[in-house]
Amino acid sequence: MRYIRPLSIEDAVGLLAGSSGTSAILAGGSDLLVRMKGGFVEPDLIVDIKAIEGLGEIRQTADGFSIGAAVACAVLGENSALKTAWPGVVEAAKLIGSKQVQGRCTITGNLCNASPAADSVPALVAAGAKAVIAGPSGKRTIAVEAVPIGPGKTSLAKGEIIEAILLDKRAPRSGDAYLRFIPRTEMDIAVVSAGVNLTLDEHGVVTAARVALGAAAPTVLLVEEAAEALIGRKLDEAALERLAKVCAGACRPIDDKRGTIEFRRKVAGVLARRAATTAYARAGGK
Amino acid sequence: MNFDPRFSGRKFASVGTRPIRPDGVDKVTGRARYGADFNMAGQLVGRVLRSPHAHAKILKIDTSKAEKLAGVKAVITAADLPDLTDGDAAMYDVLDNCMARSKALYDGHAVAAVAAVDARTARQALKLIEVDYELLPHVTDVDEAMKHTAPLINDTIFTEGLEEKPVKPSNVTKRSQFGHGDVHQGFGHADFIVERSFKTEQTHQGYIEPHACVANVSSDGTADLWVCTQGHFVYRQHCAQLLGLEASKLRVTSSEIGGGFGGKTHVWAEPVALALSRKAGRPVKLVMTRDEVFRASGPTSATSIDVKIGARKDGTITAAEATLRYSSGPYAGTWAEIGAMTAFACYKLDNVKTVGYEVLVNRPKTAAYRAPSAPMAAFAVESAVDELAKELGMDPVEFRIKNAAQEGTRSSYGPVYGPIGIGPTLEAAKTHPHMKAPLGKNQGRGMACGFWFNFGGQTCVDLNIGMDGSVSLAVGTVDVGGSRASLSLVAAEELGIDYAQLKAVVADTSSLGYNDMTDGSRGTFSSSMATISAARNAIKILRDRAAQMWDIPVDDVIWENGHAIAKGEKYGNLAALSLKEIAAASGKTGGPIAGHSELVADGAGVSFATHICDIEVDPETGAARVIRYTVIQDAGKAVHPTYVEGQYQGGAAQGIGWALNEEYIYGKDGRLQNAGFLDYRIPVCSDLPMIDTQILEIPNPNHPYGVRGVGETSIVPPLAAIANAMSNAAGVRMTHIPMSPPRVLAAIEAEREGRA
Amino acid sequence: MAGVAVSTTINGDHVEYLCQPDETLLDVLRDRLGLTGAKEGCGTGDCGACSIILDDRLVCSCLVLGAEAEGRQVETVEGMAHGEKLHTLQQKFLEHAALQCGICTPGFLIAAKDLLAKNPDPSEEEIRFGLAGNLCRCTGYDKIVRAVQDAANVMKGA
Repeated sequence: MRYIRPLSIEDAVGLLAGSSGTSAILAGGSDLLVRMKGGFVEPDLIVDIKAIEGLGEIRQTADGFSIGAAVACAVLGENSALKTAWPGVVEAAKLIGSKQVQGRCTITGNLCNASPAADSVPALVAAGAKAVIAGPSGKRTIAVEAVPIGPGKTSLAKGEIIEAILLDKRAPRSGDAYLRFIPRTEMDIAVVSAGVNLTLDEHGVVTAARVALGAAAPTVLLVEEAAEALIGRKLDEAALERLAKVCAGACRPIDDKRGTIEFRRKVAGVLARRAATTAYARAGGK
Repeated sequence: MNFDPRFSGRKFASVGTRPIRPDGVDKVTGRARYGADFNMAGQLVGRVLRSPHAHAKILKIDTSKAEKLAGVKAVITAADLPDLTDGDAAMYDVLDNCMARSKALYDGHAVAAVAAVDARTARQALKLIEVDYELLPHVTDVDEAMKHTAPLINDTIFTEGLEEKPVKPSNVTKRSQFGHGDVHQGFGHADFIVERSFKTEQTHQGYIEPHACVANVSSDGTADLWVCTQGHFVYRQHCAQLLGLEASKLRVTSSEIGGGFGGKTHVWAEPVALALSRKAGRPVKLVMTRDEVFRASGPTSATSIDVKIGARKDGTITAAEATLRYSSGPYAGTWAEIGAMTAFACYKLDNVKTVGYEVLVNRPKTAAYRAPSAPMAAFAVESAVDELAKELGMDPVEFRIKNAAQEGTRSSYGPVYGPIGIGPTLEAAKTHPHMKAPLGKNQGRGMACGFWFNFGGQTCVDLNIGMDGSVSLAVGTVDVGGSRASLSLVAAEELGIDYAQLKAVVADTSSLGYNDMTDGSRGTFSSSMATISAARNAIKILRDRAAQMWDIPVDDVIWENGHAIAKGEKYGNLAALSLKEIAAASGKTGGPIAGHSELVADGAGVSFATHICDIEVDPETGAARVIRYTVIQDAGKAVHPTYVEGQYQGGAAQGIGWALNEEYIYGKDGRLQNAGFLDYRIPVCSDLPMIDTQILEIPNPNHPYGVRGVGETSIVPPLAAIANAMSNAAGVRMTHIPMSPPRVLAAIEAEREGRA
Repeated sequence: MAGVAVSTTINGDHVEYLCQPDETLLDVLRDRLGLTGAKEGCGTGDCGACSIILDDRLVCSCLVLGAEAEGRQVETVEGMAHGEKLHTLQQKFLEHAALQCGICTPGFLIAAKDLLAKNPDPSEEEIRFGLAGNLCRCTGYDKIVRAVQDAANVMKGA
């Protein structure tokens, strides 16, 4: 086993592309080290990307925000511009694990771990976030929902690294929110979760919406029908009812140690409705 | 020794104060040494290979590849722990549990172990051990295991305690029965009867410190063991017996213990570490991972309980009956028996009957967990009592007061009670401000009572007075939560000196006589009795030395406030001699001054508590939150009230976790699915409110200071208190613990559909 | 497997060590450097007993590789007291009996220190959520929360 801390993204890509055995990218390590401890992975090469210039930064650009792959989730909560623009994304990132875990974990790692229950992913999907990927054949940018393709599996090719997550600049009268259900008040993996992102017109009518559900299917679900249930109307009781019903129907959950199919369906609807209410209020809707 | 243990009603100077504990500074600075914090020169790392199967025959274990790996110093299997139990069936079970002999009986059962130069090598070595298993059908559910069609876990077991000896083997190892009167007749006199079935899932003590030990066996037949345990003398006996060592040649030192709650009363890894050290000829450190702690230490029973209680219109209970089935893991236990004893212990009943069944399942061997077996029985009984009160239209506290046991009551398990606290805790609950506090939307209040025995047992204390007048107190009951502070207070009280003049330590097994372990709420009860006795023996010597110094008869010397005083006008000129002055002269008056005590602490009281709890339920998700909690419990005498409160609060918190979220979840394959703190959900800080406590002091007549055990009873009422609160907050009677959100939401939905 | 040479600062002291690439910082602290104040309760970041502060950030040392400490500042419970003088939090934990078995105490002290550094005047709820990454099985948290409240009051006045 080797531990290497490259200083450039090119070096990191080169190391990963050139490795013959199993390799792992280390940013926060809050998933990787747990898997190593349990004996589920034993990488021959660990590439620590935290020394790569720029990866530890949140940059505000003309187009929005670029969140480096090595930025710890705790740092997101300390960036007031990001928090104001994307409160739902930040609150999702700040729900992962504990304060201790948030001091290490990253939204990029959360995305690449490809768990359907990852807290930040429904919020990122709802936000329409994009992933900038560096690889042996150059850079590409894809929607975050295209990264995970199944539990523990991503669409990244050998040698590819997500360099940053991009969030758009906010349109006026926009708001997002993320809610998850856990049995305790902290320290749990989402049993089911919902992220909602809305933009309103001057009259409080929803003009754009994205709704994503977590732990409801093998990957995070972007529920287009749920968005359609909201677009073109105010967030009245009927719209919320419809939203809850559509979300419950869109779920393809499983029975497991954390919850039942029936429970996940019902609560997905409840959470979508509550998250939409918060997002609507954040967008200035009344 | 003529020690008089009777309660004397004295006034206290030290007992009842709240000084800082003697082991405190080490614990806040990181210097205190727990099980895994100790190392020996040249020590190896031990690791255990565990069965991934719930039930399997072990056909063959090939360790040859592991033995050849560089850095591996010893590999052991059951063959290295030969059966020396000499017909002692219980010890044979302990041995088989430490290392599976012919069958793996649960997911996590140890099958082999290695000692290697480092953790990586040890891990690699485990992968090189080849085990051939023949899979057998398994059963993990207590009710399923009782069926005639269930796979047999041990075909040599025939149910004990039946009227006729059974002809077929069974997973039920024993039936036990308690009670008196005629329940059939009693139910005939009832105007209202509640009959319900309940289930509780298996939980774990959840101590934060995993089991850890360092073993060093020498070729001369002596050995040392450093270990986190609730009872190092018991561990010494068990390890010596299993390893064929002479008990006095095995010195066991108890480390600081990072929580036990009953779970560190049994040996699991220690005999394995000793066997590895013996084979390798080097010290071996063996620390369980958290996953191993969940899979392979000793969780509590899962249960299935039927309760039937009848009462007249005036609120008098006419009969009470319960059938209790408790899982004991793959080895025989007495857990249902204890549950059957405690179930109705709070009440004065003319007609009562309880029957317990001990049931084998393919899960880890059940161990004690704080008032073991009582919380589940109390959940069932106190839920039914609550429901019955509702049917009668009576206030639940009033109903309980009307039927509460009192001094002179014949308990449901046999003995007649002395002075007890159930009535007073209920009266205190009735007038507690919590009972009258307003409740908001989706909130509900519940209350419940709990009972637990106290244990006394063999106890030994040495009290040595230094020449500078400082006092060292060596005790043999492991300090699990502040007993060195409480015992120092007791010694200070008895000697009449300042608490700061004392230092209490837990002595190793070579430095003190045998002590039973810290269980049964006995730590402070029994060791304080021995401390008082040791101090009184020291005072005898102190008086004698003072008499020598004054050259007067010892009968004229009394001991008061830490001083020898010459009694009588003829000694008017003699200034009192302090303990310090007498100690300073001890070299010339007969040598070191010490007081010893070896006794069986008889006369342990029984303990009762009443809890009140408010919860808020989210009707759309089934999530419940405890928003206010009050514990009222009889302590006999609170020696160090802050640590008594701590016991009340800690037990309540564990009960809350059990009630709402904690459970062992097994898959269809018989494997444990949540062997970690992420999915075995013990309460976190943000889950709980402040936990208010009220200490009542109804003296135990059989202890000089009136002390009762306080450690365990607080975990008994919460399951029922929360279930009762749930019925008021959400309108659903939950009969399955834990009341996890999916179960509560399903119940709420069913109730809604039922109404619609 | 080749060891990684690490040069770091622990509790203000310059420290150098060799560790394996897959060795956690917790193992390095405990097994190589003799700093056993941080405890391993789970090894998976779920209990907080191994909490340390790494460059002003509260982390679980079981989820950090020893190799990652290169050039950084590590703070453990052993660095909280100054000589004989206990940190206010340590003193308040003793006074309030905020520990029973004490195994979780180093982690709670470090987490509480981090909490008060970032929020000197926390509400009860902020304390409870701020310490939710640290499991305690003995106390029911009541006395821990009270100790932190008391320490915050004293430290504000200081």
